[in-house]
Amino acid sequence: MNRDDPLLSVRDLRMGFADGRRVLAAVEGVGFDLAAGETLALLGESGCGKSATALSLLRLLPAAGRILGGEVRFAGRDLLSLPESEMRAVRGGGMAMIFQEPATSLNPVLTVGRQIGEVLERHAGLTGEGARARALALLADVGIADPARRLDEYPFQLSGGMKQRVMIAMALAGNPRLLVADEPTTALDVTIQAQILELLGRLQAERGMGILLITHDLGVVARMATRVGVMYAGELVEEAPRAAFFAAPRHPYTQKLFAALPDLARRGGRLETIPGQVPPLAAMPSGCRFAARCPHAWQRCRDEAPAWHAPAPGHRVRCHLLETPGGSVAAGTSVGASAVTGVPDAASVAHAAEAAPLLAVTDLRVHFPLRRGLLQRTVGHVKAVDGVSLTLARGRTLALVGESGCGKTTVGKAILQLVAPTGGSVRLDGCQLVGLGRQALRPLRRQMQMVFQDPFASLNPRMTVGEIIGEGMAAFAVARPAGERAAAIAALLAQVGLDAAAAGRYPHEFSGGQRQRIAIARALAVQPGLIVCDEPTSALDVSVQAQILNLLGTLQAELGLAYLFITHNFAVVEYLAHEVAVMYLGRIVERGNVAEVLRTPRHPYTQALLSAVPSPRPDARPMQQDFVRLPGETPSPANPPAGCHFHPRCPRASEACRQRYPDVTALSPTHAVSCHLYNDGA
Amino acid sequence: MSFQPVLLWSDLLIWLLVAGAVALGVLSARNPPLRAAWARVGRSRPGMAAATVLLAFLAVGLLDSLHYRPALPGGEGGRTVYSVEVLSALDALLTPLRTRNEKTYSAPLATRAHAREAIEVRAPDGSVRQVRDYPRLRHGGAHLGDEAARDADVAARLLRACALAAGLWLALTAAVAARRAARDGRGFAAAWRGLWRDGEGFAWNAVLGALAALLLLACALAALVPEYHVFGTDKVGQDVLYQVLKSVRTALVIGLVTTLVMLPLAVLLGIVAGYFRGWADDAIQYLYTTLNSIPGVLLIAAAVLMMQVVIDTHPQWFATAAERADLRLLALCLILGMTSWTGLCRLLRGEALKLRELEYIQAAQAFGVSDLAIIGRHLLPNLMHIVIIALVMDFSSLVLAEAVLSYVGIGVDPTMISFGTMINNARMELAREPVVWWSLAAAFFFMFALVLAANLLADAVRDAFDPRMTGAAS
Repeated sequence: MNRDDPLLSVRDLRMGFADGRRVLAAVEGVGFDLAAGETLALLGESGCGKSATALSLLRLLPAAGRILGGEVRFAGRDLLSLPESEMRAVRGGGMAMIFQEPATSLNPVLTVGRQIGEVLERHAGLTGEGARARALALLADVGIADPARRLDEYPFQLSGGMKQRVMIAMALAGNPRLLVADEPTTALDVTIQAQILELLGRLQAERGMGILLITHDLGVVARMATRVGVMYAGELVEEAPRAAFFAAPRHPYTQKLFAALPDLARRGGRLETIPGQVPPLAAMPSGCRFAARCPHAWQRCRDEAPAWHAPAPGHRVRCHLLETPGGSVAAGTSVGASAVTGVPDAASVAHAAEAAPLLAVTDLRVHFPLRRGLLQRTVGHVKAVDGVSLTLARGRTLALVGESGCGKTTVGKAILQLVAPTGGSVRLDGCQLVGLGRQALRPLRRQMQMVFQDPFASLNPRMTVGEIIGEGMAAFAVARPAGERAAAIAALLAQVGLDAAAAGRYPHEFSGGQRQRIAIARALAVQPGLIVCDEPTSALDVSVQAQILNLLGTLQAELGLAYLFITHNFAVVEYLAHEVAVMYLGRIVERGNVAEVLRTPRHPYTQALLSAVPSPRPDARPMQQDFVRLPGETPSPANPPAGCHFHPRCPRASEACRQRYPDVTALSPTHAVSCHLYNDGA
Repeated sequence: MSFQPVLLWSDLLIWLLVAGAVALGVLSARNPPLRAAWARVGRSRPGMAAATVLLAFLAVGLLDSLHYRPALPGGEGGRTVYSVEVLSALDALLTPLRTRNEKTYSAPLATRAHAREAIEVRAPDGSVRQVRDYPRLRHGGAHLGDEAARDADVAARLLRACALAAGLWLALTAAVAARRAARDGRGFAAAWRGLWRDGEGFAWNAVLGALAALLLLACALAALVPEYHVFGTDKVGQDVLYQVLKSVRTALVIGLVTTLVMLPLAVLLGIVAGYFRGWADDAIQYLYTTLNSIPGVLLIAAAVLMMQVVIDTHPQWFATAAERADLRLLALCLILGMTSWTGLCRLLRGEALKLRELEYIQAAQAFGVSDLAIIGRHLLPNLMHIVIIALVMDFSSLVLAEAVLSYVGIGVDPTMISFGTMINNARMELAREPVVWWSLAAAFFFMFALVLAANLLADAVRDAFDPRMTGAAS
């Protein structure tokens, strides 16, 4: 192997999936180089062939997958022509992979030590004490505290972040030169994501590994990548060094992706969306694959597949626009353009404060009993929600932010009385909901509805869209005659941007974004005043997320809806919300207007959360100097720490924090925080 | 009137089931999504071939469910007296098979008995001599002058049967093609070719293929039956073909009626336990865990013996032996149903537990939809595939359970012919030398065909009714 040769060199890789007698190409002519110590990020929306590419490199294809051609040279050897027995030495030994879901990537019935030992035995020939010592060193290397104990534990005893660290340790056990990371942090919370990304960066620097990072998150790309490759419909459409990529993306698809990102600058305006969908494998257009969705496409794009053009050294783009120098659409035109309306003016804030709130929640508590033993005696409580108070006025959006397990979804469900609250009060339009019987609650349910996170689980697969939307109408006897109801359903479908013919079809015929529209139409069908949105966009791609956020914004403007927006995505909060409440372990630790909480966060947890979010615009926001790294993970709500729940992870914890839970301190009429740091001054 | 119709309890249930199936058909025809789903079943080739075979079995079973008592000749004083023997329409059709009994075992198509015995032979000189030989059968091949001509006779009959079957099949196919030609307004030749093409529309090629096989079998049997015992005879000389055909109804009753008993219990209790949780869940779990921990055969044996005592001490309840046997069959179904619901119930409870946490159920709860409506609209349809699969699995295992119970002596009434009693008898027959294999072979072949057809059809139905599967296929 020549010294100048890259570690991994992929040329014209083509793979497909067998469908009956046909083979549908899923990856077409992908080529890139990756040098040791470099991170190449493959970016793209779901279904673009990123994972298929990674699996082809390791020749770990599913049963229907076929490699159709191309060349993969790794450390001087052509992997596609290696016999399977030698390939096994490459997997793990030369090239290792970490997967998205740490919970399912570890074998639940083997100890961590055994699973790492398996790799060590195969690739390092270590067994017995030697293997144990090496495994211990590896666990310490990936930052697991008390590795000797963890070695003999089973995966279920580890938290999500620790499992991912163990996965990384297993990947490192074979001393690979290239790490393929397939969405390594997508299933993790932002603070854990920050820890894992930092770990990956450190390991790369120490070992000089190459990393092929597969992700859909521009923030992660900005944080990790040295170079970026954008995939669309099985093709690489743009490849650039990070700086050039973020400063001036050249391909229309990449530009659209950036423009679809929600953030503060776009507040009040509409997000750019990409019309249409990724073409299905069976019907790939012969010309440019993006032509059907591209605003700049002309006839040639539809007829002829574009060749690579290099607008700058190291930057190449597959687009006809680049043929004439300077022909590309100026990047960034749309970035500033839509930031017109800006943050809501003071008048509307004051107005909101005066108006009687639509929803007033005080001291809401939801405790789940923990039962043990033969007689199922209650031995304790999981305090999922422990004294949450919030108010929400008509036409406003309150974002409830927090990491998984903090109880934010339970708050939403308890407000809708889908989970019976243990205590506190929920007043909707002045009506007390807590303690009402089913019958008494029924008419009030019309006032509040919910949009769920997973559009694939929230629609009954055996009912037509018309039946799904009509269910609520039937329950509340809205638009009773059949003809009237059909017309109402058609109107609702039009309102959420779907064709009226959709009423007769089944949910599986729709894409994720369209399903979420159906779910929104279902909630709207009974004309509610309040909609609880439980992470409605977290299962969707960026461009689709933009469509849904636009729709939610439009509906709020037209119908004066109030949203309780449950999310962990700060960009969405910045774009959409008027007020923010940050939750930690069942309690709200800080709340206030968007500007107050996101610009001047006061609670150490909020500060840590905000600094952990990787920004997709490295230039727009200066890299946080004061990056607050949170140690550890969220403790169990069954056994919260004494005093302030946050104190074990808090960098500024004092003795008072260990003693008692802090009171709420009002910093301004709208901004309040629960922290001892601000108690004395107030 | 020369006969008196008799309606046995199992007949009533069977005809009610038929009425239910017809009602379901009418309902499906009116509901477009259901009609589309059934049309998908119609497009499935294995499903349609299986349905054709099942229909043939069903026809046999239904014919056997029309019971009557024939009038005895020479009633006294103008009053007609009816026989105590209850016959069915199938019996009437198969009269020669039913009545022409041999003395004991004979092999399929044999002209002589299976075992040697001492027979008296009159020598040409008039003296009577005792020899041990295979005696000639009373009916099997009796029309033959020379036994050596049997093979030629059988071949000739089979040939004629093939010709008849081909003729019938061609006529049927032509009729179908003509109807389709008239409906679609195209030429007869085009319609004929269209029948054989795959793709859109009803899977006529599978139906016609299955029909061809069935017609061939039926014609061959019909040609041979008048003079031969096609599947041989059993210990008491009864024709095995007759027994097999009579067994079909018993199998259908055991399979269908037991399901009818088991299904409401399993579905209702499973969903209630999974959806409502709490004390209902505890109670139901307790019930099925207890039931499951008692050995099934023991429980069934106890119940059957108890029932037998009741039947034996109340002979006045039954006018005929058939009624008694029928009640015993129903009671067996009931007992089997009461003991076999636990497996399906457990499955459904688990699935309901999973489904109730799904967001579409919560969305319905947020609308204040009543629990009953949620169960009917959201839970039940999404559990249906499990029910259908479990039903077909149970159908075959129930037919087999009947065999096991008959083996222990607690199955159907000894006078009732069933696959179970046939297999039970085969136990002794297989131990003989030379082996008597035909009873078991015939029972096996028919049971296999029945269960396989049911399995294939259930697969097709499940696939067609699962919207996700159709999405994957298109």
